[in-house]
Amino acid sequence: MPEVLMWIGGGLVIAGTLLSLLGAGGVLRFPDVYTRIHAASLTDTGGATLVLLGLGLVSGLSLDTVKLFFCWAFIMLTTPAAANALANAAYGAGHKPRIGTFQIMPADKDIPRDDGPPESGAPEDGSADE
Amino acid sequence: MTGFAVEANFALNVALLLMLLVCGIAIARTRSVMAAILLMSVYSLASAVWLVVMDAADVAFTEAVVGAGVSTIVLLGATLLARGQIERRSWHASIAPGVLAIGVGVLLVYAATGLPGFGDAASPANAHVGRAYLEQAAQDIGAPNMVTAVLASYRGFDTLGEAVVIFAAGIGVALLLGFGPRAQLAPPPEDLGDHHVVLRVAAKLLIPLIVLYAFYVQFHGDVGAGGGFQAGVILAVAAILHALVFGLRETMAAVPAKAARTVAALGVLLYAGIGVVCIINGGGFLDYDRLFTSRIEAMIPANLLGDPAHEHHWGQHFGIFFIELGVLLTVAATMVTIFYGFAGRVVGGEAKR
Repeated sequence: MPEVLMWIGGGLVIAGTLLSLLGAGGVLRFPDVYTRIHAASLTDTGGATLVLLGLGLVSGLSLDTVKLFFCWAFIMLTTPAAANALANAAYGAGHKPRIGTFQIMPADKDIPRDDGPPESGAPEDGSADE
Repeated sequence: MTGFAVEANFALNVALLLMLLVCGIAIARTRSVMAAILLMSVYSLASAVWLVVMDAADVAFTEAVVGAGVSTIVLLGATLLARGQIERRSWHASIAPGVLAIGVGVLLVYAATGLPGFGDAASPANAHVGRAYLEQAAQDIGAPNMVTAVLASYRGFDTLGEAVVIFAAGIGVALLLGFGPRAQLAPPPEDLGDHHVVLRVAAKLLIPLIVLYAFYVQFHGDVGAGGGFQAGVILAVAAILHALVFGLRETMAAVPAKAARTVAALGVLLYAGIGVVCIINGGGFLDYDRLFTSRIEAMIPANLLGDPAHEHHWGQHFGIFFIELGVLLTVAATMVTIFYGFAGRVVGGEAKR
């Protein structure tokens, strides 16, 4: 039985890692700030949940399991809050979500695009609410 | 199985060091100050993880909290104060610094080849005084955590120096930037509303837990990783998080700037005072064996605390307890003072929160 749990746990850890990797791809590829935040935060919590669950199965019921549970609880508490704060700051800084298949919306002209080099978009993010 | 474990460790080391390298290059290449600061935060976090892999949990604590947390916030605060523009300089101007940096880097790499291997038992540091500490600490001091035993008791004088350095840094920042807000802080805007309600609720949940964790790190330092320095910065982070979410005005009502700098001085005073008490009772400076007079030590039951075979375990235990408390107070209060110094400045009549 522990052998089976170990395999399941290992599989969950690998699945969580792949999910996080997917999130990293989303952060790089998605078109605007909000979708990028979406990709980062969802895969962050989901991937961490899978990894911690897998590690809990591998370690068996012990003090480590409790520690893993606390790690999970903190991640579930902090990551969504951070994503919310980030989106809030982006909204406050005037970033408009990109809707439809437009390349650049007319009102977006004066706002630096986020997929440019870091010096164009980065300073606006977070400075208001960090 | 052990071979696999060693290889996994090696792969982890290589991956983390590569992350550090990539972060370093990115910091050097980016032209945005904000991006550089955030990348430095990432760098600190990666190096903290690496320190955990290297079994240096005490250092990893400090690196994670100070490097990735407090210093990032202070630097971001500093960029708000310094409204400047980056000038693009011609590459001629960076030849001399570049050559100097590469030269120093080559020298450092060359010097690193002369270092003993990681965990080498025959290295000078582990063979002489380090071995003596390892063999004697359990009997001399009775603290299970060797790092605490060395830091707080054998090298108590050095640690006092570190606490004083931190205190002096806080005083320096306070003298340069002021002890707090120069002008009246602007009242929080009325329409703050539920714009930040998620952040506020999360922070309200987290701040007590952070404080609790700081005290755990403080009082568990005898047994596990941690101690006054780590606990102090974690405690300061609770105050800084409060200021970031609820506004500096609210935090200054809870932790007045005056109280912060008073506590910073009190911590150093407590530490040095313990040393003086040891002198008064007939020992050397910070010689915890003489923290209590023999009359008091006679009243203590032999097996109440720690190793009963050890003659002065009570004095050692309480000596370490008090000096760690002094370090905690100094570090936490100094961090808060430095933060107030940066965050409480007023730029162009507009108060920064």
